[in-house]
Amino acid sequence: MIRLVGILVIGAGFALRLNPLLVVLASGIVTGLVSGMSFNAIMEEFGRLYLTNRYMTLPVVLMLPVVGLLERYGLRERAEKLIRLSAAATAGKVILIYTGIRQISIALGISIGGQAGAVRPIIAPLAEGAARACHGVLSKATVVRIRAHAAAAENVGSFFGEDIFIAVGAILLMKGFFEALNMEVSIWAMALWGIPSALAAFAAMSWRTRVLDKQIARDARAAKPDEA
Amino acid sequence: MSLISLDLFYVLGGAYMLATAFFVVLDREHARRWSTALFWGLLGSSFIFGGSLSPTAVGYVVLGIAILAASGRVQRSRERTTGREERMASAERLGNRLFWPALVVPCIAVLGSLFLGRIHWHGVSLVAPANLSITSLCIGAVLALALGFRLTRAPMSAAVHEGSRLLQAVGWALILPQALAALGGLFAKAGVGAVVAGLVERALPTQYASVAVAAYCLGMMVFTMCLGNAFAAFAVITGGIGIPFIVQAHGGNPAIMAAIGMLSGYCGTLMTPMAANFNIVPVMLLELEDKNAVIKAQVPVALVLFAFNVLLMECCVYRF
Repeated sequence: MIRLVGILVIGAGFALRLNPLLVVLASGIVTGLVSGMSFNAIMEEFGRLYLTNRYMTLPVVLMLPVVGLLERYGLRERAEKLIRLSAAATAGKVILIYTGIRQISIALGISIGGQAGAVRPIIAPLAEGAARACHGVLSKATVVRIRAHAAAAENVGSFFGEDIFIAVGAILLMKGFFEALNMEVSIWAMALWGIPSALAAFAAMSWRTRVLDKQIARDARAAKPDEA
Repeated sequence: MSLISLDLFYVLGGAYMLATAFFVVLDREHARRWSTALFWGLLGSSFIFGGSLSPTAVGYVVLGIAILAASGRVQRSRERTTGREERMASAERLGNRLFWPALVVPCIAVLGSLFLGRIHWHGVSLVAPANLSITSLCIGAVLALALGFRLTRAPMSAAVHEGSRLLQAVGWALILPQALAALGGLFAKAGVGAVVAGLVERALPTQYASVAVAAYCLGMMVFTMCLGNAFAAFAVITGGIGIPFIVQAHGGNPAIMAAIGMLSGYCGTLMTPMAANFNIVPVMLLELEDKNAVIKAQVPVALVLFAFNVLLMECCVYRF
């Protein structure tokens, strides 16, 4: 029972709005201490796992100079212009299309996109540009809503696409977990059973993006009542 | 033996964090320049020298980084970038070529994952076969940067400055995923799963097969929200609820249970600020004032998908 105190530490630390990085470390230290590990042993375990998981951070870090450079030379401005030229698109449609592309690409084991790689430099500006093309100047709240949905498309698309691919971390983690328990579970079966939820995720996003488009239109009407 | 492996990119990424530390030290207007520089210096060092240090030392370095971050002494430099007019003009001049570098990255990642593993001569492979797709992605990012320089004819310092501007915008959230993965490992080592199983058995009528499924999915979602990491939750909840109740007590299919269970965990990931790299990093990247803006956009999707996952598992896990 006392071993669950680490979960409480996370909950409490977060509720108090302490720095999450420190909360996570504190939770690990407390859990380790109450289950009889020495402080040094906890630090060793943390250090070892931190090192083996460095690869998680690498793509974000290496993409930033590229994105920063392209932004300096007008990447976002160019994306906006492209959308203005294609008057048909709406912010919701841009975001929905990206969700689909993200799901398919990651289901094929390809890492297209990413928050730093695609959402910030391409998808968010494209969606904002589409909304500007339809409604002119956007309110601050609308911009926030569009950007947040673009980030959501990245997350929903990648989470509910990746379990279809067998060489992705999640499937390998599950296989490794069962193997440690001497259970034989097919990676293909696990990949197959990810497909229904992937389709449901796309349907859910198409609902949300339609709602988003309606909200943008409503905000735009509210912003200029004299023209309505 | 291989010419290119992830180690090379750890050095590259680390060097770039050290460069950020260097810029901060040179910035005399920076209010917290020494502590901020120390933060990026430690982070960069953990990437470059991590492999040759003892894990215990790295653990203490990470603790130091976390304490620095929590102290509020790590702050962003004042931004110096181009103005909107200047960017409009260069967007006009460069046109769609601006997208090329961004598109190079996925192309190289795909081609690299497919083919780079096969290139070798005299027993020396070009790219290490372990983590091939991530290595290919890193190669893509570096080639994209080279292409970006060619296109824009920017000085080298421009990319480093612009990148370090974005790096500082992300800040400590950068290594939260790594710390969370480490926490999951520590929880498993401490035997948190067995404690959870005992609790669930006492609290819920797990003799009903459908209750076991609902408890497992809900456990995955809630635990993922607490930990911010579905992988960590998977080890705890599948060990504590899924295997003893769904598989052993009721004869459920472990593949269906695991696949849908993990996805239920992802529904939790969509709703928690603990999943910083998914929900908080984009808030900073997209410069949103409301820290929970991305989560708010995701909650309706997450709840609908969670209900779908529970129903799907109820229908299928005991049938196939």
